[in-house]
Amino acid sequence: MHRERELKESPSQTAGPYVHIGCTPNFAEITGVYPEDLGRVIAGPEAQGTRITVTGAIFDGTGTVLRDAMIEVWQADAAGRHPGHDPEADPSVTGFGRVASDGESGQWRIETVKPGSVPGPGGAQQAPHLTLWIVARGINLGLHTRMYFPDEAEANAADPVLARIEHRARVPTLIAREESPGAYRFDIHLQGAEETVFFDV
Amino acid sequence: MSDGAFFARDRSWHPPALTPPYRTSVVRSPSRAPISFPQTPSETTGPVFGHDILGPLDHDLIHNYAASGHSAIGPRIIVQGRVVDETGRGVPGALLEVWQANAGGRYRHKKEGYLAPLDPNFGGCGRCITDESGGYAFRTVQPGPYPWPNGGNDWRPAHIHFSVFGHGFAQRLITQMYFEGDPMIDLCPIVQTVPDPAGIAALTATLDMRNTVPMDSRAYRFDIVLRGRRQTLFENRKEGL
Repeated sequence: MHRERELKESPSQTAGPYVHIGCTPNFAEITGVYPEDLGRVIAGPEAQGTRITVTGAIFDGTGTVLRDAMIEVWQADAAGRHPGHDPEADPSVTGFGRVASDGESGQWRIETVKPGSVPGPGGAQQAPHLTLWIVARGINLGLHTRMYFPDEAEANAADPVLARIEHRARVPTLIAREESPGAYRFDIHLQGAEETVFFDV
Repeated sequence: MSDGAFFARDRSWHPPALTPPYRTSVVRSPSRAPISFPQTPSETTGPVFGHDILGPLDHDLIHNYAASGHSAIGPRIIVQGRVVDETGRGVPGALLEVWQANAGGRYRHKKEGYLAPLDPNFGGCGRCITDESGGYAFRTVQPGPYPWPNGGNDWRPAHIHFSVFGHGFAQRLITQMYFEGDPMIDLCPIVQTVPDPAGIAALTATLDMRNTVPMDSRAYRFDIVLRGRRQTLFENRKEGL
């Protein structure tokens, strides 16, 4: 019987403290190599949907803010279509964002449009969410998590991924706080009592 | 291109989150188990990058930061290989980003205080997109070992960081490439976070004399493996079928 060649995935290693040199060089003040950092625009000015901002910070197990993390975002457009995979997707939305924590305050901020609902397993609809991936010094394998919206309580209650979380008290770690209309706050805790739910996707 | 779910990640093959000899991991490692769920389009799709993002020198770190007519100082090398998935198929159109210290082990970063000097003609970043068969190549200078505040006398082996995008966000991977024969590899607490020596070997580039350019640059070979994915034939069948 034919058996396909099976290889092992390349093992992960930490992104280290200088991830910005390679991934956001203009942020790292290495200018003139790339015209702009990748993932700077998730949704251009012409994008359909409700414009939102998300700010946040990442904390370690002592409550200290990370000042050297990089966060990536992957999302659907306002109608729940993924750019590059659905020919009908909004051409003004890349769906991909990348932002570094501020080197002093540790704060990060993204501007985008609120994503639409995306299909989930078994034909269920998922609640609107941003998919996030976090790397930093001290993180050996990039951490996958999701940000959900506080104004989508009904959809969140029916979301098939949130439903996988046995310890219901941890579900709120994935739901952003709305500070003013369209302005969300999403803090991530790597370890400890408030530890954010991370996924093995 | 198939668009089924990715094979489950073997988390015992990757470094665990908590690896105390790499001290920063102690307070940056989640203490609770990650939660798994059947992959959805949020994981099986990912950003698609076209060649239009690439400048002509993006894959040439010897020249992409250098003043006109100048080049970076250090041993000139070519790093080349293939990006394949776990079934051995080439992964075309994958964006690779690399970053590294200069030949003296000094990074161009404002938080870096190592006394070895910057090279005015070396920035340390590069990128490329794999070809139809998954092949890629960079030109750069071999980075130097680099001391870091972990134990009292820890030094990183010479290494190049790699950021890899496959076809789905679940394939997203950042890793590091080491150089065959470097005695610092066995001493490094970051390398040693990889549990299996075969995993460390997989991150170690081999000297590639066949692709060495005589009187110009030595070549190293570094292949990268991303998660494979299932076929989709029976993934969404209805009840009773």
